[in-house]
Amino acid sequence: MIWRIAVFALALSAWAGSTAKAQPVVVDLSKSSVDITAGFTGTEVLLFGATSGYGEVVVVIEGPKEIIGVRRKENVAGIWVNGRQIDFKNVPAFYKVLSTNSLDEWLPLAVREENQIGVEYLNLKPLDSNIGAAEASEYRAALIRNKQQINHYGDVERRLNLAGGRLFRSEVFFPANVPVGRYFVRTYLVDKGKIVSTRTIPLNIRKIGIEADVFRVAHQHSALYGIAAIVIAVLAGLGGNALFRRR
Amino acid sequence: MFLYLPIAEISVNVFVILGLGIGVGTLSGIFGVGGGFLMTPLLIFLGIPPAVAVGTEANQIVASSVSGVLAHWRRDNVDFKMGSVLLIGGVIGSTFGVFLFKLLRELGHIDLVIMLSYVVFLGIIGLLMLVESIRAMQRSRSPTRRRKLHQHNFLHGLPFKMRFRKSKLYISVLLPLLIGVFVGVLSAIMGVGGGFVMVPAMIYLLGMPTSVVVGTSLFQIIFVTANATFLQATLNQTVDVVLALLLLVGAVIGAQIGTIVGAKLRGEQLRGLLALMVLAVCGKIVFDLLVTPEELYVIAGGGH
Repeated sequence: MIWRIAVFALALSAWAGSTAKAQPVVVDLSKSSVDITAGFTGTEVLLFGATSGYGEVVVVIEGPKEIIGVRRKENVAGIWVNGRQIDFKNVPAFYKVLSTNSLDEWLPLAVREENQIGVEYLNLKPLDSNIGAAEASEYRAALIRNKQQINHYGDVERRLNLAGGRLFRSEVFFPANVPVGRYFVRTYLVDKGKIVSTRTIPLNIRKIGIEADVFRVAHQHSALYGIAAIVIAVLAGLGGNALFRRR
Repeated sequence: MFLYLPIAEISVNVFVILGLGIGVGTLSGIFGVGGGFLMTPLLIFLGIPPAVAVGTEANQIVASSVSGVLAHWRRDNVDFKMGSVLLIGGVIGSTFGVFLFKLLRELGHIDLVIMLSYVVFLGIIGLLMLVESIRAMQRSRSPTRRRKLHQHNFLHGLPFKMRFRKSKLYISVLLPLLIGVFVGVLSAIMGVGGGFVMVPAMIYLLGMPTSVVVGTSLFQIIFVTANATFLQATLNQTVDVVLALLLLVGAVIGAQIGTIVGAKLRGEQLRGLLALMVLAVCGKIVFDLLVTPEELYVIAGGGH
């Protein structure tokens, strides 16, 4: 708990310092990177910041953009098989929104659309532009549903509390299956239905340790990896046999 | 205790995987089967991606076959000449199989092909074993009939004959070569050693004496699964060494338990039990294929 108080104090001082330059909103994270190690079961990062006393705050946590394919299962002769696939581009691997208040009341739809605030406003388009709108929207909805199912996407959460109308903080949870890559935490200060200030902080989520090395070798030096896998297996077999024999 | 698997990219409970290794290892110790045909589907049930389960299981079978073949070698139960012919076929077959695997994976049908292969082979093997064990139980009550060393059929009339001293055979090399190719393809696609197909094929199609069958089968499985491991690692990146090691540790312990237990229990009844287990796994796969999924759309990992 002590470190939390410490960072909070830090936020205060940051805010105090920033008011001199009249920054409408300041924000920071308790970590600049999240390391995924062997025992990783998810982690929380503390987000904290301050406003200069007016407006509402909304924070978008967005993972690296990638191409993701969605397949529809079809019933062929009684068996469920993978049918048509549509690939979507610029899909954030991870997407969560935190806010100080319910967005509907104070953030106009046009602004939400423009800044992609909320899963329903994500600009997800098929890679192949010839795909019909009706079909694309069905697959798009399924993509979001699937992402929510594995906890990579979330609805807008009213979890930012404005303390004294100025300070805000919240834990951001990254689950065990969090995708790796470069994340961006975008903080918007909204006043009278308009975004008056934006802050973007990068956050690196990366694998480190033996797991990361294994993954890297497997993908970059796959022949070496294959041979190593066989050698390990042969040695393990010999070892197992030696154990057997002594009995 | 949870451990993050680097290639499967999921967290698993270490004790569940160890337990699985011990369980399947015990079965292989009792029955002298490789256990791949049970391990791979069980890994898939646990949530390991099917492609990773197949690639990793090939790696694990290398280890268990090395361990097993040494025991048979000491008892002089390995026909190296026959094994070499089978493994030439096996290497060709598994190479072809891994390329087929890659193609099917790109088309998005690999999971289905793996599952259907399992349904077909687990179904057939399970039923055959069940019938066999019921017959054996009946036979133990009635006097036994002696069989001929082996029957001759049209397969023995093929050209390119070769003498296999240890197996007491003089047959065409084409036959073991083709069996090798077929089992090699299966091994690559299903992530199994293929012993459960190879052993009956050696006995019934080649007419090899039962004493050398298991050792020779294990001998060639080492090379076929090593080839599959290498190719799966280079072409598909689906071999998870961390998972393979966990399974190995379990399997080594299990194999020891298995031999002790196996020596104390009655064979036919156990074989019947194994047959029922094989059929249960088969049934579960069939159920999963037939039942309407809750979510009709799945994320396919993307076109990158």
